[in-house]
Amino acid sequence: MAHIKLLNEELPGIVGLLNYRPETARPLLDLAETLLRGPSSLTSGEREIIAASVSYWNKCHFCHTSHAAAAAAHLGSDIGLIDDIKAGLPNTPVSDKLRALLHIAHQVQRNGKNVTDEDISFARDLGATDQELHDTVLIAAAFCMYNRYVDGLGTWAPGPNEAYTAMGERMAHVGYGKN
Amino acid sequence: MPHINLTNEYPGIRSLFIYRPETAAPMNALVQAMLHNPHPSLSAGERELIATYVSRLNTCKYCCNIHGAIAKHQLGNNGDIVQQVLSDPETAPISSKMKALLKIAAKVQSGGKNVLPADIELARSEGATDIELHDAVLIAAAFCMYNRYVDGLATWQPDDAELYDKMGEQRAREGYLTPPFKVATGDSQ
Repeated sequence: MAHIKLLNEELPGIVGLLNYRPETARPLLDLAETLLRGPSSLTSGEREIIAASVSYWNKCHFCHTSHAAAAAAHLGSDIGLIDDIKAGLPNTPVSDKLRALLHIAHQVQRNGKNVTDEDISFARDLGATDQELHDTVLIAAAFCMYNRYVDGLGTWAPGPNEAYTAMGERMAHVGYGKN
Repeated sequence: MPHINLTNEYPGIRSLFIYRPETAAPMNALVQAMLHNPHPSLSAGERELIATYVSRLNTCKYCCNIHGAIAKHQLGNNGDIVQQVLSDPETAPISSKMKALLKIAAKVQSGGKNVLPADIELARSEGATDIELHDAVLIAAAFCMYNRYVDGLATWQPDDAELYDKMGEQRAREGYLTPPFKVATGDSQ
């Protein structure tokens, strides 16, 4: 049971909140769509991995599992990617640049000031551009919002990974705020 | 020095909004909806106090100063309330409902799961409605984004109190969607 009376209590996680307050839902959805599916030199799969990792570090089960499922849908991986993201991607072939960006995202997750000049130059040496650095910081920051929104209002979330497969497909291939 | 080449001399989040207009649009629309647009029961000043307080907890100088200045102008030019909320909400001259909402905002700042049913019940017993609880949580959560964005890219955050006051007056009057005025960059890094 969420902390407030939602209009439709069957809708999980952020979905029930977006339905409750359309005035704030629109910009929240537009931001996710731009960050995760808009034009970028980072693939949507890579950006969803950043979103899912930050959500895991913030212990937000709904955001972590749904965005990891979206990453799997983009990358054509099986649903095992969800647990591999939890473990720090030991079994997924990702670039060293993405690993450096994930480190920056982890710093942002703790506090923006934790990002050091060394973190930035390390990512640059592996090919990260200004816009990729910008988008990584903003994706990490944005999920520090979405995660707190979802958990701070006590929304419910389906448990098992399999319950997120169809949701991940829709997030990846239809998008955010699209019907 | 900012971590990336922002090619402009605006302070804080404004430099990032100019750098990346695609993400600025929804971020500005969100802050306008949360803090400036008419609300069924929370005043703009009360909502700005939540934003200011969370920005202080996240130690984001730019966001705390600018939203503190906006709050001051939304509260009839009363900067004392803002300073008292920042030093201790419990003893500040605000309603018991606002104190309970600020307590929830602080919980959200430290982690969404830290908000407990007892925190919600306390706020309800002081008269908080569902929309107010929703908006207090979302404002607190959103400033955990804005603060990290501003600090995570090491934007220029001036120390000039008069500048924040002038920018805050503009935002209190115009909302968030109008262009920022040019800032003299004598103390730019």
